[in-house]
Amino acid sequence: MSSLPLTQNINEQRDPVDLAAYEKNHGYEAVHKALKEMSPADCLQEIKDSALRGRGGAGFPTGMKWSFVPMDNVSEGHKYLVCNADEMEPGTFKDRLLMECDPHQLIEGMILSAWTIQADIAYIFIRHEYHLAARLLQEAIDECKAKGYLGNDILGTGFNLEMYVHSSAGRYICGEETALISSLEGKRANPRAKPPFPQISGLWGRPTIVNNVETLCNITHIIRNGAGWFKSLGLGADSGTKLFGVSGRVKNPGCWELPMGTPIRELIEQHAGGMQDGYKLRGLLPGGASTDFLVEEHLDLAMDYDVIGKAGSRLGTGTMIILDDKTCPVGMVKNLVEFFAQESCGFCTPCRDGLPWTAQVLDDIDTGKGMKVDMVTLKNQVRFIGAIGNTHCALAPGAMEPVSSAMKYFAEDFETHIKNKACSYCKTNSSTGGA
Amino acid sequence: MPTIYIDDEAYQVPEGDNVLQACLSAGIDLPYFCWHPEMGSVGACRQCALVQYRDAEDTRGRIVMGCMTPVADGARFSMSGGSAGEFRENVIESLMLNHPHDCPVCGEGGECHLQDMTVMVGHRNRRYRGKKNTHRNQDLGPLINHEMNRCITCYRCTRFYNDYAGGKDLSAQASHDHTYFGRQEDGTLESEFAGNLVEVCPTGVFTDKPLVNEYTRKWDMQSAPSVCVGCALGCNTLPGERYGKLKRIHNRFNDEVNGYFLCDRGRYGGSFVNDEQRALFPGLRQSNSTYNAIESIKAIQTLVDWCVPGNKLAAIGSPRTSLESNYLLQRLVGEENFSNGIAVHEAALIEQISGILQNGSVATPSMRKTESADVVLVLGEDVTNTAPRLALALRQSVRNLAKEMASDMKIPLWQDEAVRVLAQDQLSPMYIVAMSDTPLDDIAAQTLTLCPNDIARMGLAIAAQIDSSVPGTEGMLEGFDTETQKLITQISDSLKGAKSPLVVSGTGSQNAAVIEAASLIASALQTNGADGNDSMLSYCLPEANSLGVTLMRNEAQISLDDICQRAAEGNIETLIVAENDLYRRAAKEQIDTLLSKVKNLVVLDAIGTPTLSQSALALPAATFAETEGTLVSSEGRAQRHYPAFLPAEQRDSTWHWITQLGQALALPGFDELDHFDQITAACAAEFPALQQICEASPLADFRNKGLKIPRQTHRYSGRTAMRADISVHEPKQPQDDDTPLSFSMEGSNGSQPGALLPFVWSPGWNSNQSLHKFQSEAGGALAGGTAGVRVLDPANTGSTSKKTNLPVESKAKKDQWQLLPLYRIFGSEELSAHSPAIQELTKKPFIQLTPEDATKLKLSAGDGLTVNIANQDCVLEVQVNTTIPRGCAGYSVGLPGACWLPPATSVNLGKAEIRANSRGDDV
Amino acid sequence: MMNSKTDNPLQATSVLTPAELAEIDKEISHAPYRAAVAIDALKIVQKHHRWVSDESLNALADYLGMSPAELDGIATFYNLIYRRPVGEEVISLCDSVTCWIMGYNKLQQHIIKRLDVGLGETTDDDRYTFLPAPCLGACDRAPVMMVGNELHQNLDEAKIDQILKVKSSTSDVNNNGRQE
Ligand SMILES: Cc1cc2nc3c(=O)[nH]c(=O)nc-3n(C[C@H](O)[C@H](O)[C@H](O)COP(=O)(O)O)c2cc1C
Ligand code: SF4
Ligand code: FES
Repeated sequence: MSSLPLTQNINEQRDPVDLAAYEKNHGYEAVHKALKEMSPADCLQEIKDSALRGRGGAGFPTGMKWSFVPMDNVSEGHKYLVCNADEMEPGTFKDRLLMECDPHQLIEGMILSAWTIQADIAYIFIRHEYHLAARLLQEAIDECKAKGYLGNDILGTGFNLEMYVHSSAGRYICGEETALISSLEGKRANPRAKPPFPQISGLWGRPTIVNNVETLCNITHIIRNGAGWFKSLGLGADSGTKLFGVSGRVKNPGCWELPMGTPIRELIEQHAGGMQDGYKLRGLLPGGASTDFLVEEHLDLAMDYDVIGKAGSRLGTGTMIILDDKTCPVGMVKNLVEFFAQESCGFCTPCRDGLPWTAQVLDDIDTGKGMKVDMVTLKNQVRFIGAIGNTHCALAPGAMEPVSSAMKYFAEDFETHIKNKACSYCKTNSSTGGA
Repeated sequence: MPTIYIDDEAYQVPEGDNVLQACLSAGIDLPYFCWHPEMGSVGACRQCALVQYRDAEDTRGRIVMGCMTPVADGARFSMSGGSAGEFRENVIESLMLNHPHDCPVCGEGGECHLQDMTVMVGHRNRRYRGKKNTHRNQDLGPLINHEMNRCITCYRCTRFYNDYAGGKDLSAQASHDHTYFGRQEDGTLESEFAGNLVEVCPTGVFTDKPLVNEYTRKWDMQSAPSVCVGCALGCNTLPGERYGKLKRIHNRFNDEVNGYFLCDRGRYGGSFVNDEQRALFPGLRQSNSTYNAIESIKAIQTLVDWCVPGNKLAAIGSPRTSLESNYLLQRLVGEENFSNGIAVHEAALIEQISGILQNGSVATPSMRKTESADVVLVLGEDVTNTAPRLALALRQSVRNLAKEMASDMKIPLWQDEAVRVLAQDQLSPMYIVAMSDTPLDDIAAQTLTLCPNDIARMGLAIAAQIDSSVPGTEGMLEGFDTETQKLITQISDSLKGAKSPLVVSGTGSQNAAVIEAASLIASALQTNGADGNDSMLSYCLPEANSLGVTLMRNEAQISLDDICQRAAEGNIETLIVAENDLYRRAAKEQIDTLLSKVKNLVVLDAIGTPTLSQSALALPAATFAETEGTLVSSEGRAQRHYPAFLPAEQRDSTWHWITQLGQALALPGFDELDHFDQITAACAAEFPALQQICEASPLADFRNKGLKIPRQTHRYSGRTAMRADISVHEPKQPQDDDTPLSFSMEGSNGSQPGALLPFVWSPGWNSNQSLHKFQSEAGGALAGGTAGVRVLDPANTGSTSKKTNLPVESKAKKDQWQLLPLYRIFGSEELSAHSPAIQELTKKPFIQLTPEDATKLKLSAGDGLTVNIANQDCVLEVQVNTTIPRGCAGYSVGLPGACWLPPATSVNLGKAEIRANSRGDDV
Repeated sequence: MMNSKTDNPLQATSVLTPAELAEIDKEISHAPYRAAVAIDALKIVQKHHRWVSDESLNALADYLGMSPAELDGIATFYNLIYRRPVGEEVISLCDSVTCWIMGYNKLQQHIIKRLDVGLGETTDDDRYTFLPAPCLGACDRAPVMMVGNELHQNLDEAKIDQILKVKSSTSDVNNNGRQE
């Protein structure tokens, strides 16, 4: 029993393990166990007991999510399991690693998840750019089919499961689970109103579960090793391990599996090797582009859902982006908001029009055309766009998280831009010039 | 009824509503854009935000969208609390970032929901300093103007066009703030309901092109409640006038008839009213066949001379004009000298239907009610082309499966997206057995094309499958091949299982047995269908008053053929024809003969027709927009239309021309007919079936809060200046003694009976969205009651009508093709065919052949073909259609230039004269 | 909608090749209805033609039982469906946050100069189309770009020159849609 289960088979220097090698390292044991010895209800209970929380960004308890899937009218039609492998949140690069380096782990997790909710069709919705991962997953699926882990009457248990890789055609919004479902149906990826939740009416109007790649990979190990073991992996309140990442001006950017609750400082200083020479840390987005900035004072916080939440941010995807002292916070926030404005699906007003407006204000400030009143406007925008429920989905509120926290932590930067009618960082950091 | 609290005030609200709807019903002005009472909620615009509190202690609350929040007992909301007001202001401000601010030149200005909402939320200061996004506009054809820059991306257009109306050629394109609503490329919007975009779009993206081209603001239009004369459905309309011209037609809400929507024939077909060819004065024919304009007095004198007692008189009425006009004409000449002017074979069909509606056992639903059908069988009718608005209703009926699924899952039906997502492409079954493909085929579970007799046989076989005791249907099934037998079984099983099965048929196939079969199926369902089923039967009829004049029929009346006969015998000296082009009723040969035998032909009409141009005396009649009248729709609803404006110069209502003549002739009783109401009352007294028509609308002495009802809005401008180029003296406003309406802005518009709503406007609500202020609840019936009165009892217990002769199997005769009557929404109807916008969409008369026949005859699409029909050479454009049944050819009915078609006509196409690839251009 | 059956049905098969149709059919075989594979089908067509022309779109719409407007609404929603011609390979330079921090702007200017091509434009020799890309999920090796299907990491100007040089020497080999 590895204490770093997700990456136990991973070695980036070589090709991923094939089915035989995967099986050798206890691969698909959990499938044998679950399908033959555990009822779907048993599995669900195990997942609930494990207190696994979704790794896609929101941290919703996986067992609870699954418990809303109707289990009585099984024979009436399909149920679907969808793996969210869209990974387009800027600063996030963890699912790529899992899929490119150990595709069978994901497939095993999906078989187990499908068994639990009694889904008979599974999709891996993968972003277009992940060609390699898509190919490896397809090869792994083919291996599984040949071996009887997928298809009809899996391991003679009567359980059927088809699995397809669906490669997307771009656009960040496809990562939002209801937009993803619209896209899988071949439509424009507009999110859908909840309720009804996908567990009730999802893909093609049928019960559907959408989970992140990393969440599903965890299922394999929870079923194999038990909820108690999984809970013991975390350092704090949250159970299990997590793929954490650091990008930006650190010496050794990368992605590592570490226990839940690993302190931020350990991540940056130990695993990422600390800041590059000549650069100092000014802030960080702890879990991708749509999380609030944290600053120096937060470095000793544990990377736990509730701890980071209490500090005013979110754990998000657990892959952090570092803001250094030579990079302009206004420019960085502008870059983020421009991304979100561009990626808005265009359905609801605050997002579709409010984000470009916010980006325009930030651009004015960044390029020396800002006015004092712009700060009032920005604060207003945060109230307008920044709350869940104000918009149709969570894209726009997420987009405003770095804006509101930047205004809090880097207020003087905004002020000097406006006062000096110029950005002072252009001179210190050539890489951001003209941004 | 749950109680909700809004700003601490308690409101009893309808169960199952959303909060937006509940607020509007309660009179609270909560702004909104994307919600539509008929199309439900999707939560796109985020304008209807309010703050919801967990309980009385919660002081922070959270923002929710009214349209997406179900009402729940005890729920607490605030319009102004927290940042709700600021939020709504920000939404408008965001919507306006890229808006061109071109209200002064916008076709929506003054009735723009975006303007109203902007004012309502109080947004005034523009903070955005960036550049505006701009879009390229498209040419969407003659009906609709496209100005994408005004778009606020509420998605109402595609939700109406695609989701509600089944259109395919409009879509949302691109994404984020580049989202674009248009066609894939420039071109005429294909949906027959595209015109509703004008009213559905809350701003000026889709506007009425003919209106924009001769523009008048809503507040400067004079309007009156009216009824569409485009077909027999009787959709309620609001014609708007300025400077003596009909500017546009808007929908007039009627919860049982057309709801919120019209078809494009109805919306755009009215501008024949403005035809410059329309005469302004009576015309007396000279020996050289030109007409001399004469004064009305002179015309009446001439008529008196021609109509003196002893002179052999006859008159022909019309199914396209009011009961009152028809009634007076009959009274003038005596019923034994009166024909209602319907083609002989068609008259028989309509009488057959009228008999079924009056004496049959199955209820005829209102148009709205047809939407509740869970299984539909369309028998022999191309509904979209003969009764267009009904097709839109049928499109809603197929969604009942989805609604049922949603209800089972407790998803509120206003959650529009969720309901659609749940059912995906599953539809309630609709079966169409028709003569060719129809525009409803895309939602049909099964379609089959047959010639009329076979349609009837199939109908009888279905009836027999449902109830084997239906007389005369024994062995009917055996006549079909196994595949068709299977389909027959499928259809009858499906109908039998239905809670609310609906059979739709009509005069379109010109076949009595088809009509009979439809009735037999519906009554078989009533006895042998699902327990407690609510079987329904709808017939499509040809013209606005087809049913009315048929209900006015009595034994003494004569037919068109009788008139011809009498004329041939030299027994008609003076023939008065009211609003009828006889060449649309019989073969040219027959009418030519008739007219040549009549000494004094008097024709009253609003439009120029071949009949009118042969008259000795032509009297200019008023159109539907210029006069009052009562029409009976195909469901048996009597409805009154009112003049939106007075006819110019010496044009006059047909009923008034005849009253004057009767009075001049001192005919008994005519001196008592001073008012329109008296004519209606006399008509009602005379015909038992029409007893209730006086109740269709209040009488002329009705006053609303002591006042007449104004046809002009409060802000009607420039009245004193409108005629200043002619004279600086403002003429006195015309009096209107015949109706409760006034040609003025003074009066009271609000809370009056629904039949008397001349326009919708409410303070702060300048657009058509103000309608909810006139409804009992937002989206509900008009507070003043539904307009019109059903004169037919929906479910008499009488026995099924007498049996028709069973049709024989259609066998193709050698070298003969049976002509199938095919109708077109644009062009087949006489009046609308005179409207310029409709003319642009009207096809040349055509003949449709199967590909095999086309090959055999060496014809290809676009060829010109001269076919002899009823002894007249008709030039037709060849179309190839795979769905035409063998041995048949489709023939366009009523299109300008088409010949009149007797029923079940067969032609020999082998002898037809072919003009290859003329593409009909030199036709 | 009127008279649809009388129009000349689009000959889907004359525009879409048998190979494309076979791939599309495979997708359709496990979809609940034809239109459900719209995005897959657009991608298949694009794989074979680099982009989706009006002609292809119309044929495809016909094949999937959709209207061209509906299909174009889908095609134009997704940024990786190209409705305008692109070069042999698309250069997608990430412009999202970490790559911004790590200086993608300079690299963008460099590529613009080196290839004499603006953003969204195609080189005169039809070799490359230069597009901005949202985060490519390789932020730990920022700045990054993709050329065709190949990811290039830890970029600097010299590395870009090297990539483009190697590429142009093998430019007669069309790897479009083949590489990882
Ligand atoms: C705009 C937006 C983008 C998202 N993108 C992703 C994504 O790329 N990958 C992902 O797993 N979840 C993404 N999510 C979260 C998903 O909606 C969903 O919560 C998640 O897939 C659920 O999986 P989990 O419960 O396993 O975390 C996104 C959410 C939003 C609002
Ligand atoms: S979406 Fe919008 S109007 Fe539209 S009414 Fe609601 S939120 Fe409301
Ligand atoms: S920010 Fe460029 S790859 Fe992530």
